[in-house]
Amino acid sequence: MQDVEHVARLARLELSPEEGERMREQLDRILGYIDKLRQLDTAGVEPTSHAVPMVNVFRDDEPRPCLSPEEMLANAPDRSGEFFRVPRIIED
Amino acid sequence: MRGGAGLSVSNPLTESTAHELVEKFRSGAATPSAATRAYLDRITALDPTVRAYITVTRERALAAASAADERWRTGRPKGPIDGVPTAVKDVLCTKGVRTTCGSKILERFVPPYDATVIERLEAAGAVILGKTNMDEFAMGSSTEHSAFFATRNPWDLSRVPGGSSGGSAAAVGADLAAAAIGSDTGGSIRQPGAFTGTVGLKPTYGRVSRYGLVAFASSLDQVGPLTKDVADAALVLRVIAGHDPLDSTSADVPVPDYAAELSRPIAGLRIGVPKEYFVEGMDPEVERAVREAIEVLQRLGATAEPLSLPTTDFALAAYYLIAPAEASSNLARYDGVKYGSRVASAKDLIDMYSKTRAQGFGAEVKRRIMLGTYALSAGYHEAYYAKAQKVRTLVRRDFEAAFSRVDVIVAPTTPNVPFKLGEKEDPLAMYLNDIFTIPVNLAGLPGLSVRCGFSLASLPIGLQFIGRPFDEATLLRAASAYEQATPWRDRRPSLG
Repeated sequence: MQDVEHVARLARLELSPEEGERMREQLDRILGYIDKLRQLDTAGVEPTSHAVPMVNVFRDDEPRPCLSPEEMLANAPDRSGEFFRVPRIIED
Repeated sequence: MRGGAGLSVSNPLTESTAHELVEKFRSGAATPSAATRAYLDRITALDPTVRAYITVTRERALAAASAADERWRTGRPKGPIDGVPTAVKDVLCTKGVRTTCGSKILERFVPPYDATVIERLEAAGAVILGKTNMDEFAMGSSTEHSAFFATRNPWDLSRVPGGSSGGSAAAVGADLAAAAIGSDTGGSIRQPGAFTGTVGLKPTYGRVSRYGLVAFASSLDQVGPLTKDVADAALVLRVIAGHDPLDSTSADVPVPDYAAELSRPIAGLRIGVPKEYFVEGMDPEVERAVREAIEVLQRLGATAEPLSLPTTDFALAAYYLIAPAEASSNLARYDGVKYGSRVASAKDLIDMYSKTRAQGFGAEVKRRIMLGTYALSAGYHEAYYAKAQKVRTLVRRDFEAAFSRVDVIVAPTTPNVPFKLGEKEDPLAMYLNDIFTIPVNLAGLPGLSVRCGFSLASLPIGLQFIGRPFDEATLLRAASAYEQATPWRDRRPSLG
């Protein structure tokens, strides 16, 4: 894998330089194995995203009971009143 | 270490299967409270050694058992498993009970709702003993990737119980639960079933609701039972299966009375034996046990014919693109905002995400997130993810062709007997352990593993039955006939 740092950034995963290097070696080995898929001719084959044929599933648009704000917020690492609180997003 | 040979914890209640327990409750020979206390005592004595449980819900279990006592006493059981002490993999949300998924990032997560499977178990009267250990986010084949501790194989404590449902499998194998629930994305019920000599059933995709199951790879995940025998698997599947409006991928297909199917003979059943499941490098003891099992099935009146599933050799590679791709998307939710842990200090939001995830996830989860992110990233999507989805079509077609000729496919569950803790440090070596279970998930089919003998070192070997979509009944029937015709079920690990 050429750009471990780029992929880690996309995945929002901070890797130490040593971790990144080990990751590169391991992923290269795994991707080396995966490369065998190239041997298989898949021209004209439809992709499968779900094994069981799926169609859209609809239900009536009716209000139903849902969790209270207190229950929703109970696991939040940080909150302010009825809001999830996060570090500053917009710089001064 | 507690729970050595000096402490006798053998008890006919913990040695009973779930259906035997229910008979005892019915006849009045035992009560759910007595059974639950026997299991809790055995957990206290032996789980410090086996380490199957992350959380034991003692008080809740005793309260639930006491309510079940009353129902049996008045002759009004709630359902077919009323009072049966049951363990649940820590991947299913339990309202008010910590659900960790084997991860640091969810170490203190207490779900505000129950998974549908939990609701159905409790509606049928199951007594939940606790939440079992697992590879973090169900990614692994040994339960060594739990963020908390490794679980031991009850047949040999130096070996792994398999994974990722290793805690549930070890709990049932060590008589620390009458039955258990696991989840299977690439073999995570069947492989630990094989490694612990328990029955592990992965139902057809869509058969059991995934509502409240912490998602790993949504197009592959299924919930299913791990039990002491095939009749128990039939009993538990009947309880947890069925359409759920809360899971849009759950199938609206009638659920048969599986237990009633078990007594039907298997004469005339057409069995397919795929040549790709007997490969160079597999343990000869496994191959011999499986071949002998096929002869037993033939003696019971089934016919066996060789067949080919030519894409088998490519299924693992396709899986290691599809499953990580889906995981990388599913695990994006662990961002330190709505639930889960968060790092103490970060300079901005992105920095908080990246550090929270770096600290909260273990090495295997990070590897799969990286692999999946890469497979989906600009420039690689076609070559990797799209290619894998096409291979998935070929895997599915292989099975469709096979099932036009046979009723059920029989194969080994794993190429090897349980390995030692620490033996598979290399991620790829660990992945290769799942070559015989992964194709079944890609095709969405039901698969069942049942004990079919022991190695010379007394390690259990698993026989896998693979069926047509929604035909769990045939798997259970064939596996039950096999189980009844062989002596393997009688052996138990010597733990005390």
